[in-house]
Amino acid sequence: MSFLEVSNLQVSFPTEDGIVHAVDGVSFSVERGKVLAVVGESGSGKSVTSQAVMGLLNRKATQISGSVVLDGQDLLAMDDKDVRKLRGGKMAMIFQDPLSSLHPYYRISKQLIEAVRVHQNVSKSDARKQAVSMLDQVGIPAPERRIDDYPHQLSGGMRQRVMIAMALLNNPSLLIADEPTTALDVTVQAQIIELIQQIQQVSDAAIIFITHDLGVVAEVAHDVLVMYAGRVVEYAPVETLYEQPQMPYTLGLMASIPRLDRDPNVRLDPIPGNPPSLINLPSGCSFNPRCTFSDQVADGRCSVELPDLVSAGEGHLVRCHLPIETRKTLSAETLAALKGGVL
Amino acid sequence: MAGYVTRRVLIMVLMLLVLTFAVFLLFNLLPADVARLTCGKICTPQTLEANRIKLGLDQPVLMQFWYFFKGLFVGREYYGGDAPIACPAPCLGYSFQRNELVTTLIGQRLPATIWLALGAFVFWMVGGISLGIYSALRRGKWQDKSVMGVSLIGYSLPSFFLGLVMIYVVIIQLKLLPFPRYVSPFENPVQFFQAMLLPWIVLAILYAAFYMRLTRSQMLDAMGEDFIRTARAKGLPERTVIGRHALRAGLTPIVTAAGLDLAGLLGGAIITEALFSLPGIGSLALGAVVNPDQPIIVGTVLITSAFIIIANLIVDLLYAAIDPRVRLE
Repeated sequence: MSFLEVSNLQVSFPTEDGIVHAVDGVSFSVERGKVLAVVGESGSGKSVTSQAVMGLLNRKATQISGSVVLDGQDLLAMDDKDVRKLRGGKMAMIFQDPLSSLHPYYRISKQLIEAVRVHQNVSKSDARKQAVSMLDQVGIPAPERRIDDYPHQLSGGMRQRVMIAMALLNNPSLLIADEPTTALDVTVQAQIIELIQQIQQVSDAAIIFITHDLGVVAEVAHDVLVMYAGRVVEYAPVETLYEQPQMPYTLGLMASIPRLDRDPNVRLDPIPGNPPSLINLPSGCSFNPRCTFSDQVADGRCSVELPDLVSAGEGHLVRCHLPIETRKTLSAETLAALKGGVL
Repeated sequence: MAGYVTRRVLIMVLMLLVLTFAVFLLFNLLPADVARLTCGKICTPQTLEANRIKLGLDQPVLMQFWYFFKGLFVGREYYGGDAPIACPAPCLGYSFQRNELVTTLIGQRLPATIWLALGAFVFWMVGGISLGIYSALRRGKWQDKSVMGVSLIGYSLPSFFLGLVMIYVVIIQLKLLPFPRYVSPFENPVQFFQAMLLPWIVLAILYAAFYMRLTRSQMLDAMGEDFIRTARAKGLPERTVIGRHALRAGLTPIVTAAGLDLAGLLGGAIITEALFSLPGIGSLALGAVVNPDQPIIVGTVLITSAFIIIANLIVDLLYAAIDPRVRLE
């Protein structure tokens, strides 16, 4: 069994407008020392999945089923109180916007010391020493001085480093990074990604990296999970996914990455339409209304029948009605068009 | 910081000046002749005219105001009776109806008002904030709905009604307390508490209603913030998440409102003081309006507005202390 094994995770929120099926039957696994990238648009369920793993969803307001097994323990079957003890300790999380994720009224020192002392029985000054050394490790200059700053006194990149330091304080063996670079400048993004790669090499933690940026994924991930409308639509090792993406949605994501080696004459192609409402999912394949290839499937099956997630090669799972040969051809054509025929 | 405070104090003085002048002018429009009030039962036109001159009422309003203004800083003398009456600085005026300095009158009335305001403040802050948090934590449940329902009733009850009901039920029917008769707490603490308890509760109910709602909405806003999720992700117990992280974030508007409400009450709770016969600023001002007594009105308005303006300054300073992002410049 893998270090983290999520099976058939379902999360739904009852709202006034109806039940929101945020996550529907998601399964994946991550080993220690490996990075799983979870990719998808806003509302695809990637953040909800990670929050379900962390036990951050309010169990009274949410219906959660399936299993989340971390190092042999099923977190969904455990008491809230016991899951809380794992949070920030064995499993930690980095959030998207470091400015709003840090408490604006407390100094960095207080927020870090607090994080140490929830899990370790140490004095304030020891906790502070640990915090300073961690800030140093994540690349904050003059950490003894900066630790007494308030979050608003730091730059965006520094704040995200603080968040990362906070997550690493108790040496977690599962680290979830929920779009950690989205709110940052491009140059800072690269630094943060590099930092996360270093952490992965040094700490031997299992890392889940959530993003909507396929460009970032190629740099950090070992495996990639593509989500659409709360379901897994493609799951593959990173090389496989980049060499032969098979689900039309993944192809669409690929076609919308701006790249220097692209033919400048080929237009950047956004996926047409918007993600569907999670209250009222389209019948059949959820991607079908936006899919440019659904007319190639006979009898309009795409709008009637939800395709299963089936094997398409070694460790490669795809949810699509198109025959595998057609998918391979489409994949090759799309990638070739992107590179302008020059390989 | 020091520059900021100096500037604010100067603006404050200017505001008080304008306010006092406005009240001065307003009173001049009232159909009451101060000179007539000092004249006694048998009043000849000559005496009346003489008194008018003695009181300075023959002067234009602007000059009268100037004398008053000067009196605030250097004191002045009034010539009402036979001997001149000295009014040392800060001279708020002299009531010819009561034959007392306004400063003395306000000084006598201030303690009752301060006790009333402070006691009610403690009650409503503790009650309002804790019920507000309770309500926020049980959002949408029957507990939340009943707390909010009760607070709406409290919010809409007029103080004279609530006060009268209290007096009728607690004092007359149940005889739990004697009829209130205010004494200084240093003189007779038991009687003091017996006199103050009901007025405290009445005011606290009226104000707590607002603070329950404010605290509830502040807490709900704060609970949805990203840093609360961070606090949970750290593995902090829910008690710490709410008590330390959420409450701290929602505190600012509560402090602001509390400072201003307290200052407003220090200017006298007219109806509550009258109902429970508390000798405070409110009942002093009420008497001066019913039986037009310009010096007292001007004096109480000045004191009341000074409280509010000072409270504003303190609230702004506190704001900077609570929120490190605020810079006072």
